[in-house]
Amino acid sequence: MRYYIRRFVFFLLTLWAAVTLNFIIPRLQPGDPAEDIVRRLVGQNKPIDPAQVRAIRLMLGIPSGNIFQQYIDYLGTLVHGQFGISYTYFPYPVLSLIGQSILWTLGLVLTTNIIGFVIGNILGAFAAWRRNSAFDSFVSVGLNFVGTLPYMWIALVLLFVFAFQLQWLPIGGGFSETSTRQLSWGYAWDIIVHATLPALSLLITGPIGWIMGMRNNMVQTLREDYTRLAVAKGLKPWKVALLYSARNAILPNVTGLALSLGGILGGVVLVESVFDYPGMGRLFFDAIGNRDYPLMQTIFLFSVVATLLANLFADFVVGWLDPRVRKGEH
Amino acid sequence: MDTQDRKLPEAPKHEAITSPQGSVSAVPDISMAEPARDETAPQITKKRRRMPSMPEWFEVLWSNRKARVGLIMLAFFLLVAIFAGQITPYNPNDISFGPSEQPSWQHLLGTTQAGQDVFSQLVYGTRTSLIVGALGGGLSTLIALVIGMVAGYMGGIVDEILSFLINLGLVVPVLPLMVTIAAYSPVKGPAIIILVIGFTSWAWGARFKRSQVLTLRVRDYITSAQFAGDGPFRIIFREIMPNMLSLVVLSYIVAAMGAIGAEAGLEFLGVGDPNTISWGMMLYWADNGGALFTGQWAWLITPGLALAALTSCLLLINFGVDALSNPQLREE
Repeated sequence: MRYYIRRFVFFLLTLWAAVTLNFIIPRLQPGDPAEDIVRRLVGQNKPIDPAQVRAIRLMLGIPSGNIFQQYIDYLGTLVHGQFGISYTYFPYPVLSLIGQSILWTLGLVLTTNIIGFVIGNILGAFAAWRRNSAFDSFVSVGLNFVGTLPYMWIALVLLFVFAFQLQWLPIGGGFSETSTRQLSWGYAWDIIVHATLPALSLLITGPIGWIMGMRNNMVQTLREDYTRLAVAKGLKPWKVALLYSARNAILPNVTGLALSLGGILGGVVLVESVFDYPGMGRLFFDAIGNRDYPLMQTIFLFSVVATLLANLFADFVVGWLDPRVRKGEH
Repeated sequence: MDTQDRKLPEAPKHEAITSPQGSVSAVPDISMAEPARDETAPQITKKRRRMPSMPEWFEVLWSNRKARVGLIMLAFFLLVAIFAGQITPYNPNDISFGPSEQPSWQHLLGTTQAGQDVFSQLVYGTRTSLIVGALGGGLSTLIALVIGMVAGYMGGIVDEILSFLINLGLVVPVLPLMVTIAAYSPVKGPAIIILVIGFTSWAWGARFKRSQVLTLRVRDYITSAQFAGDGPFRIIFREIMPNMLSLVVLSYIVAAMGAIGAEAGLEFLGVGDPNTISWGMMLYWADNGGALFTGQWAWLITPGLALAALTSCLLLINFGVDALSNPQLREE
C-alpha cells in the first residue's frame, strides 16, 4: 500500500510542477502579450493605441496584478476548466477546439502504440530466443539505423510515394470532404483509409525501442537460474521462453511504455502536421504558426497530464505484476 | 538494476589487467614495489583514468569495426562542414536560379521554390547539425552531469529534490515543451534552439549518471578521500568523474544524437529562423514549397538521409565507446 501512496504523491507533485511550469514559461517572455497581438494586427512599425491593448487584454482575459495574484487566478481558472479563448479561431474557447481533435489523436496514438508494443515485444523475444541468428544480428544492427530516420521524413516519403506517386491513399486529412460524417461502415472505412499513412509513419520506428529492450532483457533472463531449472525440469521450449524468460523480461518495457508516451507525442505532432490530420498535433502545429499562446499552452498542459496519468497507471500495473516493487525491495 | 550491478565491478578489473604499462608510468612507486597486487587495483585504475594515454583509448575504439566505420563517417561529415564553401558551386542563399527545377548537371539535386540550389543547402546544412549536436548535446550533458552526480553523491534531501526534478524531466513530453519555450522566444535561430535543447533534454543523462555514482561512491578510495578531508565537490569531480569518463562520453554522444534530431524537428515545425540553412529547415521548405506536387524527390529525400547518416555514425561510435567500458563487447 505504501508503494501506491508514494506513486500517487509523486503524481500530484509532478502535476503541480507541470502546471506551475506552464504558468512560468509565458512569463519569461519579455514584453506584453496583448501588445504583441495588437502589433501583429496593425503591422510592425505602426504606433500602438493603448486603448486597443486594454481592449485585447480584457477580451482575452490576460491577467493583470502582481505575480502571486496571477498565479492564484491561474490555478482558479484551471480548476474551473477555463483555458481561455483561441486567438486563431476567435471566439471559440480553446477547450472546444481540443474536444474536437482529441479523439483523432487518441485513436492514432493508442492504435499505433499498442500494435508497436505487441509487435516489438514478440520480435524482441524471438531475437533473444534465437540469439546470434541472422534475424538477431539484423535486429541488433539493422534496426538501429532505421531508428535514426526522422519521423517527419518517414511521413513525407510515405506521403510522396503512396499518395502522390502511386495515388493509392488520400494525401491528408482525417476523412473525405464528401463524407456525410454519419456513423456507418462507409465512414469507418473512410477514417481507416485516411489514418493508414499517419499510423504507418509512427509504426515504422515505433516497435524498434521495444524490440531492443525486450531482446536485451530476455538475453539476461535466459541466463537466470530459474530458466535453467525450467529447462532442466524438461519443460517444452516455448513454455520456458514465454512463461519464464519473457514474462520477467517484459516488466521494464511496461514502465517504458508510459515513459515513451512523451516521445511519441513529439512524433505525433510531426506526423499529424505532415498529413494535415485533424488531431491535437496538427492543432498544436497551427497554434505555433499563429502564435496562438492560449491554445499552445493548453495543448502542452494536456499532453503533460496525459503522460503523467499514463505513468501513474504504469506504476500501478508494475506494482500489481511485480511483488518486489510493491513490497519496496527496490 | 541487476544487469548494472553485475557489469560494473568488472570494468576496473580489466583496466588494471589490460594496461599494466599505463599504470606503471602513472604510479611508479606502488607498482615497482608490489607489482599487480589485487588490493592496489582500484588505486591504479584511478590514477590511470586521471591521465588517460590518448593513443590507448583510440586504439581500443579503432579496433572495434563498428566504431571505425563511425569515426570515418564522422571525419567525412567534419570535412564536408569545414570545406562547405569549396565543395558547393553556389551560395546556399543565392535565389537567382529558376524555381523548383528538377535535378540536372547545373543543380545536382534541383532547386527550391525560391530558386536556391538544393545541393549547396545540403552541404552547408552539415554545419548547423554538427554545431547543434556538439553544443546542444554538450550543454545537456553538462547539466545532466552536475545534477546526476550531486544527487547520487550527496543523498538525503538533496537527492530527493534532484531526483524529483529528474523524474519530472523524464515524464514531461520534451518536444512540446521545447516548442512552447522556443515559440515564446523573441529571437529565432540555432542559438536559441541549442539553449532550449540543452535545458530540456538532460533528464535521461542525469538519471544514468546518478545511478552510476550510487555504485561508485561506496568504493574504498572514496572513503579514503573522505577521511583525507576532501570536500564533496572535489570528490565528485576529481575522484568519481574520472572513473566514469567513458560513460560520460557515451551519454554525450547520445545527447548529441538527440539534439540533432530535436533541432530538425523544431525547425520542421516552424519555430526556427526560416533563413537558417539546415536539414530540418530544408524539410520544412520541401513540405511547404511543394516538393511533393512538383515531384522533386531529391529535395525531399536527401536531408532526411543526411540526418539519418549523421545520427547513425554517432551510434556506431557509441558501440565502440561501449566496448571501452565493457570488455565483454570487445572484438579481438
